[in-house]
Amino acid sequence: MGIIESLKQPWPWYIAGPLIGLTVPMLLIVGNKSFGISSSLRHICASCLPANIPFFKYDWKKELWNLFFVLGILLGGVIAASLLSNHAPVEVSPKLAAELAGYGITDYSNLVPKDIMTWPSLLTLKGFLLMVVGGFLVGFGTRYAGGCTSGHAIMGLSNLQWPSLIATICFMIGGLLMANLILPLILIL
Amino acid sequence: MQQHTDTVHQTQPHTLKASDTHPIQVQQKWYANLKYMIIGMLFGIVFVKSEVISWFRIQEMFRLESFHMYGIIGSAILTGMVSILLLKKFKIKTMDGEPINIAPKTFNKGQIYGGLIFGLGWAMTGACPGPLFAQIGTGVTVISVTLLSAIAGTWVYGLLREKLPR
Repeated sequence: MGIIESLKQPWPWYIAGPLIGLTVPMLLIVGNKSFGISSSLRHICASCLPANIPFFKYDWKKELWNLFFVLGILLGGVIAASLLSNHAPVEVSPKLAAELAGYGITDYSNLVPKDIMTWPSLLTLKGFLLMVVGGFLVGFGTRYAGGCTSGHAIMGLSNLQWPSLIATICFMIGGLLMANLILPLILIL
Repeated sequence: MQQHTDTVHQTQPHTLKASDTHPIQVQQKWYANLKYMIIGMLFGIVFVKSEVISWFRIQEMFRLESFHMYGIIGSAILTGMVSILLLKKFKIKTMDGEPINIAPKTFNKGQIYGGLIFGLGWAMTGACPGPLFAQIGTGVTVISVTLLSAIAGTWVYGLLREKLPR
């Protein structure tokens, strides 16, 4: 199998995890930047709609690197999808597939479920809850917690910060509650 | 009063310290940020190819049905931890010759409340903030609405910040 062919396969965790972890020293060495992504949402607020809110009154231009970083993530998505994709459906555990089939989710052709996450489904209660309310909770929660999976779980834990451990545990508790107890109620809507 | 302050200014003129003109302090041009875009691009590719940005993979993780995501997050933390340990041990400097500086995090109850709220949203959208950008890049344009909503959530947090328990 050629290099390009193997790159087009889904990458195993033991390749992807260390590569993600290496972002931490890379950003530190390149420019003394602490890895974190959710701050970009704050910088967007500060640059576009500060509305005289003290939380958004700071020199966001000094944090411009973070916006370039997330723009890069978006472009990385473009490159991976256009040049490095083998267009195979996402493989998941048979148990999850059986459960999701019960909710009418059977399309695995994309990384997000096309059965529930499309433009038309935005106008359904289920789609609105998952995409709009879910997105709101992500933005509100990460800022309230002072970071997300990158800033707390990866950067914070890498630097042995115990507040990040508490945040990460709470991320997991919230996710476990939603996925197992609340999401099933949303998916049957 | 006005006269007094004027006198103060005259007797104690602002002296330009050496550090003020040090190259590190100079505001960098915007294109200096392109290097972060390239790191972001590599990072985004890993996100997609490892299926970290997959809603299905996130559901699997929270149902404890697959090791994949735990393996990724765990090995990423381990790699980051060893890297920071080595950076500190060998006192490695940045490319500009600055000492590496990581701001410590302080605890407040926001990490609990906010953490739980983010966790709920994470399992609903199947994405944390980084993957949202990557998902849009793969062509799922509807996720731009999720991203806008996340920005709105951040904005509302900023608005309510003083009133929230911390």
